[in-house]
Amino acid sequence: MTATTTLPPASARPAGRRSSRRRSLSPGKRWALRIASVAAILIAWQIYGGSINPILLSDPSAVAVAFVDMVRDGTLGHALASSLTVLGLGFAFGAVAGVAIGLAAGRSEVIAALLEWPVNALYAVPAVALIPVIVLWFGFAVTTKTVVVFLFVIFPVLINTTRGVREVDPELVEVAKSFCSSERRLWIDLILPSALPFIVTGLRLAIGRALIGVIVAEYYTSLSGLGDLISTNASNFQTARMFVPIVVIAMLGVVCTALLELAERRLVQWRKVPQ
Amino acid sequence: MPPPHLVLDDVCVEIGGKRILEDVSLSIAEREFVCVIGTSGGGKTTLLRTVAGLLPATSGAVTLAGAPVTGPSPRTAMVFQHFGLFPWKTVRANIAYGLRVQGRPVDPDLVRRLLATLKLGAVADYYPSQLSGGMKQRVGIARALAAEPDVLLLDEPFSALDAITRESLQNEVLRLWEGNAAMTALQVTHDIDEALLMADRVVVVSGPPGRITFELKVDLPRPRDSQAIRAHEDYPGMRKLLWDSLNTPGPLEAPGTVPETAPGTVPETALERVPEAAPARVRPGTAPLAEGI
Repeated sequence: MTATTTLPPASARPAGRRSSRRRSLSPGKRWALRIASVAAILIAWQIYGGSINPILLSDPSAVAVAFVDMVRDGTLGHALASSLTVLGLGFAFGAVAGVAIGLAAGRSEVIAALLEWPVNALYAVPAVALIPVIVLWFGFAVTTKTVVVFLFVIFPVLINTTRGVREVDPELVEVAKSFCSSERRLWIDLILPSALPFIVTGLRLAIGRALIGVIVAEYYTSLSGLGDLISTNASNFQTARMFVPIVVIAMLGVVCTALLELAERRLVQWRKVPQ
Repeated sequence: MPPPHLVLDDVCVEIGGKRILEDVSLSIAEREFVCVIGTSGGGKTTLLRTVAGLLPATSGAVTLAGAPVTGPSPRTAMVFQHFGLFPWKTVRANIAYGLRVQGRPVDPDLVRRLLATLKLGAVADYYPSQLSGGMKQRVGIARALAAEPDVLLLDEPFSALDAITRESLQNEVLRLWEGNAAMTALQVTHDIDEALLMADRVVVVSGPPGRITFELKVDLPRPRDSQAIRAHEDYPGMRKLLWDSLNTPGPLEAPGTVPETAPGTVPETALERVPEAAPARVRPGTAPLAEGI
């Protein structure tokens, strides 16, 4: 983008208040630190895990071996496909519904008032508590698990989206009106761009909750997917094999968050420009 | 005198049951520059928003070129006090905003010309957050001009700028308006010098509720310039008249002492108060009132 390249370098801009802020790292340094932190955790785990009973903790090299085994015999692939289906469906429906309802509630006082108490009540009730009812309604299949993930995802998205629409600068609404903007153009020019950072924040929170939702659903409905792998291997004292799905979930979380951050950087480019 | 272009006829505005503007009658000729001046909270911005069609008049009527103003119109364009730029649009996109949103074709030549005139060429692809206040308001002005309005509305357009930037931008807007053959302008300000620099006629609004308490025709020669105008012999007298009318609103706005045709009679009172300060050329209240048309 030309705007970013024509700016003076950070060192040429006045210091002062800015110097007390977090200093931004060069990309190379940031990657080095990220890798160092993971390596430190793995090394500590390897040293400590190797010194105690492998049933209690196991260690990274054993987990790596188990990982290869489980990829070879297809158990991991099968479980991952099952979990990702639930995750993807639940997240997609939850995100779409959360954004749509959130936009409506942000723009219309009537819808906001109608939704306020039910949403707050449902948000306060742990989704786990609802699982027996959901099973009663939807059985034990993929639908039930998707509904559980959906319930984990929708609220942070909905609440953040509503907030984003509410935060629209009233002066800019006035500007749009004074230039005779239609409601449709108002959404394109003003409401969506200003709500977008809030929506992305909601989605980021929702990713973490969706992963929790998947495992919870797999534990409490019918055992399947990565949740089943964790539970079954733990019962059989196959600790290394138990850690494989846990590490996979952790990696999923990191990758999904990174992808969303990338999307955000693309979409909210104007914000990343130094002020 | 050209026919009246923008007419406010006995306009009252109430917001939440509170009366903000009362019986405001004002008639602005085509290509006239009128400044509304008053203290904060006096209702002058409400007056401008009503003219822009952003606020409905509770009673009375606003007409633009004979047609009643019932909502925002593409024939008016507004410059905002706090710039009102879209942070996610570049300078270029902000300038084209009015045209886009009204479904009118965006002439790249027009945009280029405005970028050049307002010295924005070098920052055409910047986002507003990268600009200084003065630059932001240049964008705000360019956006309003791009819409090629019949009436330019300016809501304290320079009040958020530092003194030096303010003066140079005042001069630039003045030149733009003086060089434009067809544009009527209505500006709100709380700065007497700014009003005298820009306007053909200054209208004092005091409130609440806001009423027109004084009018002053500023027949200083054009083209004007902020430095030259202050040296004009009539300038100090006009300045004092406005200053007095702003500072002693008490008897003027007290109910009962102001007849229904307030703007026509009030200047007499003002002149009586400061007879020696009023130069011969100052003829307050000479502009036609809505009732008189």
